[in-house]
Amino acid sequence: MHTSTDSGNIVFQTLGLTKVYDMGEVQVHALRGVDMELYAGELVVLLGPSGSGKSTLLNILGGLDIPTDGKVIYRDHDLTRSTDRELTEYRRYHVGFVFQFYNLIPSLTACENVAVVTEIAKKPMRPEDALAIVGLNDRLDHFPAQLSGGEQQRVAIARAIAKNPTVLLCDEPTGALDSTTGIVVLEAIERVNRDLGTTTAVITHNAGIADMADRVMQLSDGLLAEQHRNKQKKSPQQLHW
Amino acid sequence: MKTLDRKLLRDLWHMRGQAIAIALVIVSGVATFIMSLSTLHSLQLTQATFYQDYRFADVFVSLKRAPEALRARIAEIPGVDKVETRVVTQVNLDIEGFSDPVRGQVLSIPDEGESILNRLYLRQGRLVDSTRDREVVLTEAFAQAHGLKLGDSLHAIINGRRKALTIVGIVLSPEYIYQLGPGDLSPDFKHYGIMWMARKPLGTAYDMEDAFNDVVLTLFAGSQPEDVIDRLDDLLEPYGGLGAYEREDQISHRYLSEDFKQLGQMATIFPIIFLGVAAFLLNVAATRLISTQREQIAALKAFGYSNLDVGLHYQKLIIVVVLVGVVGGLGVGVWLGTGLSEIYMQFYRFPFLKYELQPGVVMAAVVVSVLAAVFGTSNAVRKAILLPPAEAMRPEPPAGYRQTLIERLGLQRMFSQPTRMIARHLERRPVKSLLSVAGIAFACAIMMVGRFQEDAIEYMVDVQFELAQRQDLTVTFVEPTSGRGLYELQSLQGVEHAEAFRVVPARLRFGHRSYRTSIQGIEPDGVLQRLLDAELKPIELPPAGVILTKHLSKMLGIRPGDLLTVEVLEGRRPVREVPVVALVKEYVGLSAYMERSALNRLMHEGNAISGVHLSADIRYESEIYTALKKTPRVAGTVARENAIRNLFDSFGDTLLIFTFVNTLLAGTIAFGVVYNSARIAVSERSRELASLRVLGFTRAEISYILLGELGALTLVAIPFGLVIGLGLCAYIASGLQTDLYRVPLILEPSTYAFAATVVLLSACISGLMVRRHLDHLDLVAVLKTKE
Ligand SMILES: Nc1ncnc2c1ncn2[C@@H]1O[C@H](COP(=O)(O)OP(=O)(O)OP(=O)(O)O)[C@@H](O)[C@H]1O
Ligand SMILES: [Mg+2]
Repeated sequence: MHTSTDSGNIVFQTLGLTKVYDMGEVQVHALRGVDMELYAGELVVLLGPSGSGKSTLLNILGGLDIPTDGKVIYRDHDLTRSTDRELTEYRRYHVGFVFQFYNLIPSLTACENVAVVTEIAKKPMRPEDALAIVGLNDRLDHFPAQLSGGEQQRVAIARAIAKNPTVLLCDEPTGALDSTTGIVVLEAIERVNRDLGTTTAVITHNAGIADMADRVMQLSDGLLAEQHRNKQKKSPQQLHW
Repeated sequence: MKTLDRKLLRDLWHMRGQAIAIALVIVSGVATFIMSLSTLHSLQLTQATFYQDYRFADVFVSLKRAPEALRARIAEIPGVDKVETRVVTQVNLDIEGFSDPVRGQVLSIPDEGESILNRLYLRQGRLVDSTRDREVVLTEAFAQAHGLKLGDSLHAIINGRRKALTIVGIVLSPEYIYQLGPGDLSPDFKHYGIMWMARKPLGTAYDMEDAFNDVVLTLFAGSQPEDVIDRLDDLLEPYGGLGAYEREDQISHRYLSEDFKQLGQMATIFPIIFLGVAAFLLNVAATRLISTQREQIAALKAFGYSNLDVGLHYQKLIIVVVLVGVVGGLGVGVWLGTGLSEIYMQFYRFPFLKYELQPGVVMAAVVVSVLAAVFGTSNAVRKAILLPPAEAMRPEPPAGYRQTLIERLGLQRMFSQPTRMIARHLERRPVKSLLSVAGIAFACAIMMVGRFQEDAIEYMVDVQFELAQRQDLTVTFVEPTSGRGLYELQSLQGVEHAEAFRVVPARLRFGHRSYRTSIQGIEPDGVLQRLLDAELKPIELPPAGVILTKHLSKMLGIRPGDLLTVEVLEGRRPVREVPVVALVKEYVGLSAYMERSALNRLMHEGNAISGVHLSADIRYESEIYTALKKTPRVAGTVARENAIRNLFDSFGDTLLIFTFVNTLLAGTIAFGVVYNSARIAVSERSRELASLRVLGFTRAEISYILLGELGALTLVAIPFGLVIGLGLCAYIASGLQTDLYRVPLILEPSTYAFAATVVLLSACISGLMVRRHLDHLDLVAVLKTKE
């Protein structure tokens, strides 16, 4: 199994990462030169006020977006120099995404929502197993509309982990949930990180959640303002916000 | 099944209303395409087979009389393959239990027992025995019209003598697939019959022993028909040749060709409209679907589906709708095609019709429909392909509304808030609004096309029979007769008025163009036969000069004042230069007219007449008929009543079916466009409308906001539709301008009203269907779900 923190094993490295949105008259600087690393198997929480560039950073790490300037190295690949096809392949085989608004496909059942991803992956879990990990083995045939918000988010997590990704990127996975449900979702994420050793980055507004991380990064106005390592990792049940 | 395909099926099921509406439009397009093309190809194939197997001739010519010895000279003309000489005569027929005048044409069958050209297809019985002189074979249409069977007999007035003939065979001929009597507007199987007798008895009766008055011939492949015709005309001139013509000008063949042309036209215009509208609807539906699925697209891409995968996914969905439409269209098209072929078979007398659906036609339908759909939706699908996943995860920015024209003009106070909302919404998507208007307009236009043919035919009949030819009966003599013939007929009991006419076959020439027709000499100040100008006012007949049908003057490139060369093809065959003095409007045939005495002078003859127009008291009808049948010189009698009735009998059913099918087709378009727009409007705006409901707007008010928009589009579309319809009818009419007939662009006000009504009704029905959705708008659910 993986060791939890291994500074010798860098999964992501960014160098001077910059993202500028050109809005015609104004230019929005979402990222202004971010240098950071993510290590194999660690769980990192990204904090920061709204508009500080968290989602932008995560999207770039996940190969959904390309930076205006700077570099992103995933293991030994330079994502910034990848073609669209390579980025698609990267997302297909390496990245698991959890979106703030779940983004489930409403016309597919929970199980099918997971299957849609495992079908194109290399060595996926069975969708049922992925759903069992998030505790939803009795909701396989429910459509998203028949699930609660927390359950939908857990399906989204199952969908993200079912391909056995190397990295799990979660953008405000609890943003739309109450704290009890949020804890259930966070437990699912934590379990994946712990049991499967998946390098995990979680964006949140809630400083309280930061306590479950190995490391906490603080973004502010497009810059990495602060980062620290938690001496004592808390389990999700011990969190509140 | 792949999970993504499962999603596709469920998405389709979810939007089934729209999908069906769109598929129906495609069904209509594909059905008209399949119907017209499969019928066309089947008819063409049947025609070609019949022509080939029964040796349909290439060149035709009639003459007065030539010795059989001339046949060898004809055969020597370079390029001529086979030659057949014949005796062809016009007769009056007498059929038991049928008092109407019946005209007929009798053709000879060679004494060898079978023709070598224009051979007969024997449906029943046998061909005539040349050693017996009272045997006859009839065309199937004529036999059926009178219920005549083998062994029955009928009487023919052959050269003035009444002769009983026994039917020994029922036949079909490649020469008379379309069987039109001289001067008739439509095939009239009851009043005009074609039959064949052995050459010897027919020749004897008409003083044609060892002589002929008609020749047909085939040409070697690669020979020039024009050269053969020139040589033939030179050769036959001394024998009263009436001018040889090619197969292209043979009457039955001409009518078939014209009908084929129309079918071809139908196979293009209608499918283009339908597939165009379908492509537009698909585009609208796909655009909407893709924008509601932005976040799903983002998720799929985030999980490693490529842009191409996503594009294909939506493309597949579109193609499924198209294929459903194509399959439905194939079914309906084949069904309509067999029906249409049957209708054609009522006019066309083929021995068989091989209705077959050519794989090529099916392929073309599939390819054209799929291409139209793929092309039409390329924009929407491209959006899905290009949608950057990072951007797709954020909700679409709110729609950018602007102040409308109304508000910029400061007129807003004149309109209620809901009305302003309608205006804003329409203005925000000008292209979509415009295309919706175009779609509805086309529905309206198609509706008009269906009724146009009916209007035009009614109008032509009105002009032809109410204004121009007002006689009840037309009697033609075997040969030009002295003016006394007129007085004999005038004195018959029941005849109210009689007007003589003279008809002379002639070739009219101007510059290098020429046309073979006849010159009709008519009485000045006639009340029965009149010539009409462009305003349908009777023309004062000038004492000299020739009057041409407008279309003929166009064909010859001649104008009033120019000198026309008239080569008479009768008697001493004078050639004269005659000035064109006026033009007349006529919808059928291409005639030239002169005052009768002027024509007599041109012919260097006395007071000769070819026939008489009569108006008569209907009560004496049968007495007049009987008297005419007994008059030896009478070659034939045509009753106007029969001509009109027959025209409507033969076209009536067809027109009814066309109007019905067109109504259905137009309905599907109107319904498809309106229903789709409405469903999309509901999906786009249910949140907004639900919010309004929460704020206290009534159901009627929110229905007004939504349906008012569609109502506005429909009302704007109708005038455009009427104009497009007029254009479409003009285009169709332009294809119906031939020397055989010219269909005028006539649309009755009732047709405009009808088209508008059908469109409004379709719009209302789809509006009502959508309104049910609005009434059941679940306020809580709508507001809870995010866009
Ligand atoms: N597609 C875009 N076009 C223009 N500006 C954008 C776009 N995406 C993000 N931005 C801007 O970039 C900045 C950073 O956005 P980002 O979504 O990364 O913030 P965030 O930290 O995730 O905020 P939140 O906590 O509200 O989600 C913001 O100012 C945002 O307005
Ligand atoms: Mg964010």
